Amino acid sequence: MLDRLHDHGRARRLFRRRILFAAAVSLLVVFTLLGRAAWLQIAQHEHYQAKAEKNRTRVVVLPPERGRIFDANGEVVADNVATYQVQITPEHSRDVDAELDLLARVLELDARSVEAIEERIRVSRRFDPVLIKTGLDEVERARVARLKPWLQGTEIVSSLKRVYPYQELLAHVVGYVGRINAEDVKRLDPDAYQGTQYVGKTGIERQYEDRLHGEPGYRVVEVDALGREVEVLETVRPVPGKDIALTIDVGLQGVAAAALGEYAGAVVAEDPRDGAIRAMVSRPSFDPNLFVDGISSKDYKRLLSDPDRPLYNRAVAATYPPGSTIKPVMGLAGMHYDLLDPEKPFFAGPYYQIPGNKHRYRDWRKWGHGWVDFKKSIYRSVDVYYYDLAYRMGIDRMHAFLTDFGLGHKTGVDLPGEASGLVPSREWKQRVKQQVWFPGETVIAGIGQGYMLSTILQLADMTSTLALSGVRHTPWLVAPVEGPRQPRARLELGSDDYWRRAREAMRAVVGHKRGTANKIEAPYPIAGKTGTAQVFSVAQDEEYDAEELARRLHDHALFVGFAPFDDPKLAVAVIAEHGGSGSGTAAPIARKVMDFWFDVTPDAEVQPEFSEYGD
Amino acid sequence: MGTDRLQSTPLSQRLGGTLQSVFKLDPILLFFVALIAVIGVVAGYSAAEQSDAWVERSVVRLGLGFGLMLVIAQIPQRWFFAAAPWLFAMVVLMLVAVWLVGDMGGGARRWLDLGVIRFQPAELMKVAMPMTIAWFLARRPLPPGPLDVTVAMLAVMIPTVLIAGQPDLGSSLLIMASGLFVLFFAGLSWWYIGGFLALTAAAMPVMWFFVMHAYQKERVMTLLDPASDPLGAGYHTIQSMIAIGSGGIWGKGWLQGTQSHLDFLPEGTTDFILAVYAEEFGLMGLVLLFLLYLAVVWRGLWIAEHAESVEGRLLAASIAMTFMVYVLVNAGMVLGLLPVVGAPLPLLSYGGTALVTIMVGLGMLMSIRTQRSFLGHDR
Repeated sequence: MLDRLHDHGRARRLFRRRILFAAAVSLLVVFTLLGRAAWLQIAQHEHYQAKAEKNRTRVVVLPPERGRIFDANGEVVADNVATYQVQITPEHSRDVDAELDLLARVLELDARSVEAIEERIRVSRRFDPVLIKTGLDEVERARVARLKPWLQGTEIVSSLKRVYPYQELLAHVVGYVGRINAEDVKRLDPDAYQGTQYVGKTGIERQYEDRLHGEPGYRVVEVDALGREVEVLETVRPVPGKDIALTIDVGLQGVAAAALGEYAGAVVAEDPRDGAIRAMVSRPSFDPNLFVDGISSKDYKRLLSDPDRPLYNRAVAATYPPGSTIKPVMGLAGMHYDLLDPEKPFFAGPYYQIPGNKHRYRDWRKWGHGWVDFKKSIYRSVDVYYYDLAYRMGIDRMHAFLTDFGLGHKTGVDLPGEASGLVPSREWKQRVKQQVWFPGETVIAGIGQGYMLSTILQLADMTSTLALSGVRHTPWLVAPVEGPRQPRARLELGSDDYWRRAREAMRAVVGHKRGTANKIEAPYPIAGKTGTAQVFSVAQDEEYDAEELARRLHDHALFVGFAPFDDPKLAVAVIAEHGGSGSGTAAPIARKVMDFWFDVTPDAEVQPEFSEYGD
Repeated sequence: MGTDRLQSTPLSQRLGGTLQSVFKLDPILLFFVALIAVIGVVAGYSAAEQSDAWVERSVVRLGLGFGLMLVIAQIPQRWFFAAAPWLFAMVVLMLVAVWLVGDMGGGARRWLDLGVIRFQPAELMKVAMPMTIAWFLARRPLPPGPLDVTVAMLAVMIPTVLIAGQPDLGSSLLIMASGLFVLFFAGLSWWYIGGFLALTAAAMPVMWFFVMHAYQKERVMTLLDPASDPLGAGYHTIQSMIAIGSGGIWGKGWLQGTQSHLDFLPEGTTDFILAVYAEEFGLMGLVLLFLLYLAVVWRGLWIAEHAESVEGRLLAASIAMTFMVYVLVNAGMVLGLLPVVGAPLPLLSYGGTALVTIMVGLGMLMSIRTQRSFLGHDR
């Protein structure tokens, strides 16, 4: 006990010594800090005094020029043009109010924008320029210049503005830039984006932001006590962003857009030999130029409330039931799994029934097709043939095969916002719907309906794979920086002859006199497959215009095809929403696209029709 | 001193005594703290471009802060210590939760999103750490033996590592310091301290190569050569030193600081407010301010020395020295002695959470000071 007490006393004394030590240390810290301050404020005072009063150095950031975007032929599709803006720096002005008053008269500013400018002048720092007006024309510039003696704080500066000369035509591919907002700031490097006005928001502009942006430079300048630049001490030039060349051919893009006509929908044209996307159209579209300097809320509301949803990229973000366009792939799967002998005749009646089940799965042709072989099942698009095949194959094998074909997952194209589509499976249905899989769902999946969903890009890619007998590429819009693109592993089937069978059947769709797309037979051999996608999800209209409603209940028309048959150079996938039949609506659109690409003068000229969307 | 003490003491002291015993606050500490806060508003008014709205907001904040301090001062200190280990355990759990599910903000995982509020457990740990270590050591024979030191070190290091990994190096170092200070005042042998310092020195290269982020290294490098990064971290240092240096001995006068007003001195009302103050009030202003800070620290140490309970002693001393570290880290940064880390200057920097934490600490100091006279008198 005595020890403990003794210890207690010792600890107490120890504590007191430590307290004194801490007091000494804190005194030392304060002396150190004051010593440093004294060194700066006494010994170095004149040095810093000079720097501060006479030679205030200011770092001026020089933002880099954004890389431009070209099409495959060097047409510029995203450009930078010089614009002039007028700004006022309150510190330099003798009387800001008087200057603003004068500017308002010269530039014909309305009362509301003058108020807004006054507010900005109030809240910003005196040496920060406040923007008065952008996009000055020559007359306005001349007027301001002439009044310079009365406009001490006013200056005209040039800056680069992003411009999309093709407007609607490439909006969904190229995307657009916009002013950097709070959301962007989180993911951007603040140092790299100092002084930068724009950042890519969608499309290629966003995907390749890093390549397009470049690096800022800076200029260290001396300014006098009035803030005037006295001398440039150092200049580090900005590194401009890199230009980007797209695989897109603007001409083909224009033809594809015109060929879609008034339909909402999408066209994707891919070079099956390397996966390069030659055209990617989504209609209706919008003018990306509206977004560059901040879209007005009126315009934005108009775009958002448009029932045709022009901001929606129907080529890569929208999903549709692929319909009969997947029949060639189903046929390949049948042959691969030894479920289908292409020569063996099959009797296709008006409907199909699962053994032991009463439900009738009807063919599109009321009275059936009679005896058909594989080839005919494709060129006549016999539903019953594929109901039967799908039922025998089962959903598991179907899922595996279609997934290998690139359906149900993203193609990996270099664009943001790609949808994955859906190839249903037991596991998927259990997970999402908490239900078991029913055989009837397998049957309708066999003709690309039911839960099956794909993007038009996926269909173009699937067609490319068919065209080259299993050679696959990731579709792309911009070449990689280093090295050529490599194909992915080829899809190997039980026999290469299966590919020939499927391709020849597709050739008959166009080439055979009873083929569903016979009407588009061209001087060069086209192979393809028509399809219709049943409408069930897009019917989300609020208005009940009878005629409009009737149109919106029409099926979507689909066509996929490639040409020339013997040496495929272009694979095309088309959807015309509410277009009715694939043969009547979608196939002719594909034909027009191919005609342009293969430089064939078509029977009926495609009329350019930009008037409706143009400037 | 006898029982007739009240009659024989002057009025001012009696008033102080009343404040102390009835309102349970320490008038000396309160005086220094209030003076610093006044300087903060005066400097801030200039830094905020003479915005009345800013002054209003900042006075409201300070008012709330002082209110909080006084409320904390009313809480008997044994309640703190009863709660400390539980609070500590809870915050460690939260830190683990942050680590697992925390909200990303600005590249760091620091916040816990409780739906209604986003919450930064590291701030709570700044309070919980010294309390818990003090609570623990006060229950052992002092100076602490090897086993107790080991346990205490573990309790210090676990949250420190968790917070450093968020990454929030600044907070983790402050928290570690607050824990180590308690150990120091508990009488940790100089051998241990020397060993720890040696270990830290040895760990520096490891930290540099394996732990520190690129931006942190950049800041250290910038300190050696501010001109190397004129757009980034170096910019702050250069501008800050020009502002301070040009202030001279007497300063340019209130609201006359050209450098801080005309040029870009970023974060003039927050982390770099000291530069604005130094430009306008000069070296003399800094002497006054630093002496006030020193007064707060010394008063804190005095309170520690005169505290009755061992835990109160340890906690008070740790709070005082942690306050010193705050000043050192911020002023060191602004004066170009230490790398740029986001650290506030106590009572001057405009900012919510930091003010709350500091006021809680000062409130606890007052509580330790005033809750002592149930048993005895001044000794």
